[in-house]
Amino acid sequence: MIEKTVAELSTSLAAGDISSVELTHAYLARIAAHNDVLNAFITVCEDSALEQAQAADEKRAAGDNSPLLGIPLAHKDIFCTNGVTTTCGSHMLSNFVAPYNATVVEKFNTAGAVMLGKTNMDEFAMGSSNETSYFGPVKNPWDTKRVPGGSSGGSAAAVAADLCAMATGTDTGGSIRQPAAFCGITGFKPSYGRVSRWGMIAFASSLDQAGTLCKSAEDAALMTNTMAGLDSRDSTSIDKPVEDYTATLNDPLEGLRIGIPKQHFAEGLSAEVEQAIRAALKEYEQLGATLKEVDLPNNHLSVSAYYVVAPAEASANLSRYDGVRYGYRCENPVDLEDMYKRTRSEGFGDEVKRRIMVGTYALSAGYYDAYYKKAQKIRRLIKNDFDEAFQEVDVIVGPTSPHTAFELGAKTDPVAMYLEDIYTIAVNLAGLPGISIPAGLAQGLPVGMHLVGSDFAEARVLNVAHQFQQATDWHRKKPASFSQEG
Amino acid sequence: MAFDKSEVEKIAHLARLHINEAEADEVTKRITDILALIDQMQSVDTDAVEPLAHPLDVAQRLRADRVTETNHRDELQTLAPEAQDGLYLVPKVIE
Repeated sequence: MIEKTVAELSTSLAAGDISSVELTHAYLARIAAHNDVLNAFITVCEDSALEQAQAADEKRAAGDNSPLLGIPLAHKDIFCTNGVTTTCGSHMLSNFVAPYNATVVEKFNTAGAVMLGKTNMDEFAMGSSNETSYFGPVKNPWDTKRVPGGSSGGSAAAVAADLCAMATGTDTGGSIRQPAAFCGITGFKPSYGRVSRWGMIAFASSLDQAGTLCKSAEDAALMTNTMAGLDSRDSTSIDKPVEDYTATLNDPLEGLRIGIPKQHFAEGLSAEVEQAIRAALKEYEQLGATLKEVDLPNNHLSVSAYYVVAPAEASANLSRYDGVRYGYRCENPVDLEDMYKRTRSEGFGDEVKRRIMVGTYALSAGYYDAYYKKAQKIRRLIKNDFDEAFQEVDVIVGPTSPHTAFELGAKTDPVAMYLEDIYTIAVNLAGLPGISIPAGLAQGLPVGMHLVGSDFAEARVLNVAHQFQQATDWHRKKPASFSQEG
Repeated sequence: MAFDKSEVEKIAHLARLHINEAEADEVTKRITDILALIDQMQSVDTDAVEPLAHPLDVAQRLRADRVTETNHRDELQTLAPEAQDGLYLVPKVIE
């Protein structure tokens, strides 16, 4: 039962084949059995999960058949949860208990979903391997010597190993899509502004977007139906009606125009990943789509521009951690400056400090035009590239990552780690919707395929992903050591 | 642009971070590498390009200037490392 998709569980719950309490017990048992190895959860909420499950079963008995009612989920530990610790993967917030729920959390509560716990992540979502977490790295269920990707690595590993039915994540430069690719699951980042950022701890405010880690595009549609929408508490949330993203999942792909960005099939891409993606594209041709090469000439500058924009915004957002109002404070400060400096130096890890310093430098007097303004101009060029491509095609498809999951400790050079997100970062700079879906295996490790849509084309992206999953079963593959027999 | 240890000290101070002597070389090297990556941007002429600050590129939504929040001071101050009589406490600033 635990390996089923949300859509399937929803049907089983509605049919009375299983109760939410039974299902919640099953996932809690999975977590108890496997979390020591995977380190996917920072906090497990056994008692409150069972209470929520009980309440869901009572609502069900009273005739409520909402699709997410009684479905056990995990929240990335970046979403504030009333009364439950929210660490953001940092020593700085290791004792922080928010007095309110993030809008995303509130929406899942209203939908009747059951929160199993909070998942591990790179510190303040800064990382592509989950190794920057103060709570230790997460392991990839396909090979526990390998990283799950990051920053939403805990959510991705938890879904892949069936420790939960679905999970939330956030994506600033690839933090949902890359771990989804490494863990062989479906990871969806909606357009910037589609989901409220309220109560989601800020990293880079013009890039951050909440989304879903789950077992199918259909599940991503169900979750997005719940998460999306205008929120008066987030002034950047978009005032556009929320579609029913499940309504168009079954639209045929006949006549679909798929753009193949030549820059995403260039040097640096592993041969095995390329082979898997080319085979998947053939599948799309079988489904009636036509392929067309598109040009994203400024894609190679996306990582450079991102590492100005994201650290600059982070340096401002993380200035709030000063040891005064909440979070960590150093022992015995001698004066105010000593308190600020030691609190921040002891509370933040190395990668977070590096990014704060890069951002501070980029924004400092004399460098603003050369760095921040220049990066914003590159950002415009990147957005223009996509706008032009979408004149000719409906979706853009390529690999999510240049290779499959790498080994823990393999990338100690920050710049090498930053280049991990070479195919995903431009999508955040442009604010577009993107999804990673499983598209094959290379030496036993999952390969992720990346689908990008134009502004607010969530429904289209999910439809195109769903049709692939109707024709193939890559999204049903499970890591052997964590399959139910394992 | 040259980036050296004295620059690291200056930036660390602006960011209210303390970088000790033992880490200074490593931090300088790492940041120098990151700046080299960033400097790839300079290869493109962008004189005629309008900066894009935000993907939505739309005006901020305004709301009526009405009080909508209630006072949660006591609840919020339970999170503070040190608070007393409704005030946050910090080391003495003025002698």
